[in-house]
Parts: sequence; structure tokens; C-alpha cells
Amino acid sequence: MAAALQTAGTLTASSNLVINSERFRFGSLLRSPAGMKGTILVVKSDGRHTVGFNAGLRGANLIPNAVAAKTEDSAKSTYSKPGHEILLFEALREGLEEEMDRDPRVCVIGEDVGHYGGSYKVTKGLANKYGDLRVLDTPIAENSFTGMGIGAAMTGLRPVVEGMNMGFLLLAFNQISNNCGMLHYTSGGQFTIPIVIRGPGGVGRQLGAEHSQRLESYFQSIPGLQMVACSTPYNSKGLMKAAIRSENPVVLFEHVLLYNLKERIPDEDYICCLEEAEMVRVGEHVTILTYSRMRYHVMQAAKTLVNKGYDPEVVDIRSLKPFDLYTIGNSVKKTHRVLIVEECMRTGGIGASLRAAIIDNFWDYLDAPIMCLSSQDVPTPYAGSLEEQTVVQPAQIVAAVEQLCR
Amino acid sequence: MALGRSFEDMCAQMYYRGKMFGFVHLYNGQEAVSTGFIRLLQPGDAVVSTYRDHVHALSKGVPARAVMAELFGKTTGCCRGQGGSMHMFSAPHNFLGGFAFIGEGIPVATGAAFSSRYRHEVLKEASPSGGLDVTLAFFGDGTCNNGQFFECLNMAQLWKLPIVFVVENNLWAIGMSHLRATSDPVIWKKGPAFGMPGVPVDGMDVLKVREVAKEAIERARSGEGPTLVECETYRFRGHSLADPDELRKPGEDVDFKLCATLPCCIAFGLMCKFFGFFISYIMLKHSSLKGIIRKSKRSGCCR
Repeated sequence: MAAALQTAGTLTASSNLVINSERFRFGSLLRSPAGMKGTILVVKSDGRHTVGFNAGLRGANLIPNAVAAKTEDSAKSTYSKPGHEILLFEALREGLEEEMDRDPRVCVIGEDVGHYGGSYKVTKGLANKYGDLRVLDTPIAENSFTGMGIGAAMTGLRPVVEGMNMGFLLLAFNQISNNCGMLHYTSGGQFTIPIVIRGPGGVGRQLGAEHSQRLESYFQSIPGLQMVACSTPYNSKGLMKAAIRSENPVVLFEHVLLYNLKERIPDEDYICCLEEAEMVRVGEHVTILTYSRMRYHVMQAAKTLVNKGYDPEVVDIRSLKPFDLYTIGNSVKKTHRVLIVEECMRTGGIGASLRAAIIDNFWDYLDAPIMCLSSQDVPTPYAGSLEEQTVVQPAQIVAAVEQLCR
Repeated sequence: MALGRSFEDMCAQMYYRGKMFGFVHLYNGQEAVSTGFIRLLQPGDAVVSTYRDHVHALSKGVPARAVMAELFGKTTGCCRGQGGSMHMFSAPHNFLGGFAFIGEGIPVATGAAFSSRYRHEVLKEASPSGGLDVTLAFFGDGTCNNGQFFECLNMAQLWKLPIVFVVENNLWAIGMSHLRATSDPVIWKKGPAFGMPGVPVDGMDVLKVREVAKEAIERARSGEGPTLVECETYRFRGHSLADPDELRKPGEDVDFKLCATLPCCIAFGLMCKFFGFFISYIMLKHSSLKGIIRKSKRSGCCR
């Protein structure tokens, strides 16, 4: 545990400040004045697509605003006010605390979230402020306390369930799949499950095979579940708040190695749209789709690529289910080449689904086969040198772009 | 109870005539447990059941028409035909399901009980019942060997949640006899292992069940915590309508059965037991038992 907290100092978010201006410049060109929702092309992962506002939401009993709406382009306000510097895990806590202040029904359930403050200190101090019932320390019974969170969500509360490590949620798969995902449907829409399931996952620093799992690939098929992955302090806080406000069950994937990232974030209230991807770097030659920790490997590779004369466009997809095919599609239409860089396993990972979705929808815009760099299909070894080789490294990304752009 | 029995019999008829499909699990024989417990609840109280949930839904007040329509997959069903036999839900009646996998409803019930305590202590909402809103979790003997059962007994007692765990021990989990599956088959004794009272009761006797239920529900409502109640009962039909039910010996149910098939035979048997007293005690205000049965047949099972 202590080893995991010593995250790599090189992974700073300083490069984000330069990129942000480019991001929202691009954003203002493509988004309609009324906002994203007016022109959204909703493409479902099975390839069917419908056009229009709230596409797919038929039926009087369905909740029209299942996701908290995006406020005005909040990146601009980073510069209107000084903001404050914050680490990623503190940003998560800030978001959680603000939502708990805003709505007394928001509660936290998990192991060591209360008195211990969370194994990664995301809930530090909250139990003192809100009491032991609102920040509930549970016994080690993932399946049952996740189910408890679901029962509480059905009866009016808004729980945030923490998996101490996302891998532990494998024990809660029954509840997450059957009840969390499906209950809204099998009850004929009578019950909503406004639950947030969050926790650290991904490959850390020699944590061993079982603590280095990427559960997004296992959960992605569960119908009714929404998944997001945060990668910066800014989007961590925004996604946390949006997930809590959402009426849908949302799984928020954090990464063990990103908790100590520092960034300056706005003082004022803001949220990030749960279904939106983030444009990290605008470019011309190739679209690199990534999320979570791999974003930083990609940005490191991007520096090398720029020196070599390439101009990669980097998109942090953020929304793992559903994919933001609007942003992704626009990028593909511009660059005609796609590279997916993910930390999931090769087999059945997020990259595999994303590849299929892009082929289904944007085949005619591709000038080259989609390349996907994923982790090896092996249990993550303990030895550092071996572990490094199972995960995608910047050098591989550079080589892949060079191959794509030949 | 009469409604439950005639409802389930009609389900069987429809199924065997090829008009109903899938897994249908009938509650014949266990009606006393459902009635004994659920009829004591206030509107704000919640019930969580398993796949054998038709009669629990009926007892909780879900209209028989809505339940039957759900079984036929109609949009007029309580879940718009999307849930089916094993997923009966009704938000207005606080009927929280209907769960297909055994044990997965118990944590949901624990969550509802947690919610009840949270609303009372954190949100400072007063319940019309005068205390805490109670949740009842129904499940079978097979579930009592499942991890979720034990995990929830622990958590419910730890936080003194207003929940009653009701075990409908009908001795069989599909074809697995409870005695072959359980090292210590006495389930109610497992309550004290977690610090809560465990109570056995004759699940075929609605009045005895009601007595125990009253105490358990009052305990939960006043904030004293959970109770584990083991109801010894029996199912007269197979596990589901598709189950050949070969392993149970035909004479096994003689201890449980007063009379086999017709509701009026139950009535006769019950009247023999509680002559006079039963008539006045019955939950509907009708003049005769036959009238109750006739009314239940008419209201529940006409399409």
C-alpha cells in the first residue's frame, strides 16, 4: 500500500495547462452554440445509431435528464479566476465533500472509508464531519455492502460505494451486474439506482497480479451500467460530482498511480459531462485514443513524435461506456488514422470494443487499419522489469505512430 | 392466503396449457408465511423476496391483475412485462423485488433497512409508522448456506438495522435436501451466533407466524435490531413448474398438509383447527370463508 502511494514524480499535469487552451479552442469550433446535446449523434456500441436530442429515450417513464447537464465551458473559467492547486485524490475528496454538503442523501460506503480516511485518503476527514452513518465503515463483504448500497439507492439515498481496490469488486460482480445494472430495467423503470461505485485500479508499482487488474474490461458488457475513467485532478472532481448527481449507476475508475498528480483547478462549482471525451492535444496526422494513466504515456510519446515531425491528436476518451463517438468520430474524420492506447488486456478490453465501434461507424474515413496497443494478456508480474513490459510504454507508442503514418 | 393459492394454481394451469413460459416458481403450501408477516406491515415498510415472489407481491398489495399480466409479459404488468415471474417490483407498494439469484436480495433488503435508519437519524424524517420503517427479507433454506446471508446477518446486527430475516425452510433447494447440504441444519440457531435472536416457528400455521412476526417487526421498528425467523414450511409443488420433482418422496408432506388440493379443503382443515375463532380472526371482513375464496378467485384470476 505504501509503495503505491509513492507515485512517479514525473507524471505531472503541468503540460495540461498548455493543452487546455487548444482544447477549448477546438471545442468552440465544433460544438453548437446550444451545447452538445442539440447536435449529438448517439451511436450505441452495437452499431445502431439514432440522431437527435435524447436519442433512444422513448417512453414516458424514462428519466429525461439522466446525466447532469454540462455547464458552460468550464475550462475557460480556469483563467478567469486564480483557482487552487490540488492533488488528484484531494480533488476527488473535494468533489465528494461538495456533493455531500449539497445533498444530505449522499453517503459513502466502503472499507476503511471512515475512521481510516480511505486507503488512498480520498475520504479523509469526512467521517469526522458527517458522522459514522454517512461515511460508513463496512466489514470486508464486498458483495453484500455493494448490494446494500443498491438497496439504499433504490429507497432514496445516493450512496458512493468504494472498492478499496477495483479488483475487490470482482467479489461484488453479482450485485453490480444483476442489480446495479439491470434492476432499473427489470423493474420496468420503477426504481433508479443512483449509485456511484469507485475505486483505484490499474497497474501500479509492483503490486502483484491481483491488485493490478483492469476491471473496466469485465464490466463493459453489463447493460445499464455507465463507466467513466478520470485522469486529471480537474476531470476527477468534475466526474465525481457528475456521477453523484446522475440517476444512473456509474462506475468511476481511478488509477493507483495518478493520485498524486497536481493541477490548478477552478474555485467555483463545475462538473464534467459523463459521456464526453476530452481533447488533450489537437493534431492532424493521427488520432490517439486513450484513457487514465496511458494518457500520460501518450503525452510523453507525443513529445518525441513532435520532435520527429508528427502531429498527433490525443483524445482522452474518459467515458468508457458509452463511448463519445461524436468527439472520436470528428477526430477520425480529420486525421483518418487511429491508434488506441489502453492499459486493458488485449483480449476483450475497452480497445477491442472501441475498435469495433469505430469500424462500424467510421470505416469510410480510415486510411489505415486501426492499431490498438494494450497490455499483454498475462497476469501482471511482480518484478518491476517484467511489469514494465506488460504495460504499453511510450517507445511502443512512438513506433506505432510511425508505422501508422508511413 | 386463499388468493395466493388460487393465483398460483391458475399460474400452473396457464403454464401447462402453454400460455406462460420461462421459470415459474409457485408458492403453494407456504402462504401462511407470506400472510403472517406481510399483512402486519405498514405502507412504508418494504419487502424483498426471491424468485418465489408472486404471493409476497400479492400480500404486499400489488393487484393480482398486475402480477398476472406481468407473468404473461404484458405492458400492463407491474414491470411492464420486462421482469417476469422472478422480477416482480412495485415502487408504490415498496415491494423491492423479485430476485433470480438466491441470496442477492438479502443485501438489497439490508440496504433498504439501512436507508430507513439513515432517513430517521441523518435526514431526521419521521415515519408515519411511529418508529423505523421495517424491511422484511424472505429467502429459503438453500440461501442460508450462501455467503451473502451471513455477511448481511453480521452487518444488520452490527448497525442494528430494522430488518427481519425470514427463512422459508421448505427443506428442499430444487433437488438438494437441506439435510444433505447443511452441516448444522437448524437455521434459527445461526441468529444468536451473530448476536441477534433466532426464532423457529411452524410455517404452516398463520396465527403462530403472525405472533412471531408481530414481535420481530416491533423489535425492528423500535430500533432494537434484526431478528432471524425460521419458518418450517413445505412447498406442495416442485421447485418450479419445469421441475420434475423426482427426489421428494410422496409421503413427506403429510406432516405439513391438512388437505392437498382445493382451497376449500384448506378452509375445512383450518376450520377444524380454529373453529369459530378463525372466522372472526380472518383478515378480510367477510361473512364466510367460501365467500373469501369465491372473491379471491374472481378478483385474482379472471383475465
